[in-house]
Amino acid sequence: MRRLLGIFALIVVACGARPAAAEKLIVSLSNHRVQVTSSFTGEEIVLFGTVEPDATAPKPRPPYDLVVTVTGPRENFRTLRKQRVAGIWVNADSREFVKVPSYLAVLSNRPVAKIANAETLRRLQIGLDHFLLPQRIGADIADTVRTDPYRQAFVRLKSEQKLYAEQPTAVTYLSPTVFRASIPLPADVPTGAFAIDVKLFADGALVARTNSALEVIKAGLEQFVANAAEDYGLLYGLATALFAVVIGWFSSVVFRRD
Amino acid sequence: VQIYLPIANLPVDVFLIFGMGLAVGFISGMFGIGGGFLLTPLLIFIGISPAVVVASVAPQIAASSATGFLVYWRRKSIDLALGSMLLIGGGIGTFLGVTVFTVLREFGQLDLLISLSYLTLLSIVGTLLITESLQAMNRARQGKRADLRKAGAHTWLHGLPLKRRFRRSRIYVSLIPVWGIGIIIGFIGAILGIGGGFILVPMLIYLLRVPTATVIGTSMMLTLVTMLAATIMHAVANHLVDVMLSGTLMIGGVIGAQFGAQASQKMRGERLRLLLGLLVLAVGMRFAWQLIVPPQDIFSIRHMGSS
Repeated sequence: MRRLLGIFALIVVACGARPAAAEKLIVSLSNHRVQVTSSFTGEEIVLFGTVEPDATAPKPRPPYDLVVTVTGPRENFRTLRKQRVAGIWVNADSREFVKVPSYLAVLSNRPVAKIANAETLRRLQIGLDHFLLPQRIGADIADTVRTDPYRQAFVRLKSEQKLYAEQPTAVTYLSPTVFRASIPLPADVPTGAFAIDVKLFADGALVARTNSALEVIKAGLEQFVANAAEDYGLLYGLATALFAVVIGWFSSVVFRRD
Repeated sequence: VQIYLPIANLPVDVFLIFGMGLAVGFISGMFGIGGGFLLTPLLIFIGISPAVVVASVAPQIAASSATGFLVYWRRKSIDLALGSMLLIGGGIGTFLGVTVFTVLREFGQLDLLISLSYLTLLSIVGTLLITESLQAMNRARQGKRADLRKAGAHTWLHGLPLKRRFRRSRIYVSLIPVWGIGIIIGFIGAILGIGGGFILVPMLIYLLRVPTATVIGTSMMLTLVTMLAATIMHAVANHLVDVMLSGTLMIGGVIGAQFGAQASQKMRGERLRLLLGLLVLAVGMRFAWQLIVPPQDIFSIRHMGSS
């Protein structure tokens, strides 16, 4: 009887321990492929989504929180610091940031600091303050403390270019379980593959997570020119040089006055 | 109206770029210089990456020089023989400049070197042009003849061997300083990413005594050839020539150059040199300002590529 009770207790514990994250996240983008044409001046991509609540949960969960993290192609950047040396301002020191996102947007329905505690935010890399930005330090590549002046300057300058952003109002709820998030792509957005990571929180804990992706590509004439410059350098150079001479000749004929 | 630049990866106002091309083209046609030393800082200022700017300005300068070259060609004011001799030196100088550029980049202070070189060069050339033209204007006012070719004006440069007569310019000089000037221009051009016309014109006038009639056309010939070569080299080596940017600049540039060339014909030589001197000195002071005044932001970011 005692043994039987023990097994029963085990079953109860096992049931209680089944993953709490039974919610399902379903998201969709207004556009998976952003085409950069000659009239491109930036674009806003809308991400729609719904939360399918946990059917087995005894009662609906409290209001959900959502964090959408969009990262652009990873590139290397150097942050330089000027200093006065012998009366003139020169770049005295620099740090290299290795394979960090060229674009980074953290979109949420309220400030990320209110969504989860600092430890969770750090572990899940949520928010500009918590995102890993590895620097080359000597032979190592590692992220530094948040207050590192180079890291702060890098994030600040990227934010000024509108390539890094933390928007605590970009996610809005259309109903308690249907939401939309607007992803702002500025005019000088880098081209390439963008990863979209959507995280659902309830009561400060991560309950569901899903991914999506979008692609920013050059199209039409822009694509043709960019490909030609990259793949046929000599031909491209010769054509440009010829173009210059023809334009010069043409104008000297058109404007001829003597 | 915005257009997207496919190599620079950002949209720009087409009229702003066209206007810059027009203004620099006017100056270029007026003084017989490429105008790279003006256009390059302007384009960097509006946010285009310096590497793309240097590469894309080259075809624009080539187009401006081509139209100017043809205008002067029809007036028969180009000294082909002198131009060819300068080009020989220019080729050697460009090669030396590219080599030094590569070495200096290893040390990581190329920016400072470029700023200091611009500052030094522009201040010296600007001051010399202003002083000389003011003296010439003063002489003219006092009724003396401002003749650069008086017998006493011969310098030690005229005593060198390998002398050759350049008929169109009506000068008889040694080939050594001609090649030397070509080397200096090619060298400076490769390091600073400029055609070098604003240094070449005064050098030809003051050192070789090339008359004002042929100096601008001949300088344009050198600029045209070196900038065409630079366009092809930049396209092959760095893939950074943005033809949309160059094209917009070119169309503005060639129109401006026509009016500039015509305006220069109506103006006295020394007054023209005074204006050029003031312009060159002003740009030089802009570089000094940038080095001396505390920057608004001591930090800056540079894109290092994806590798």
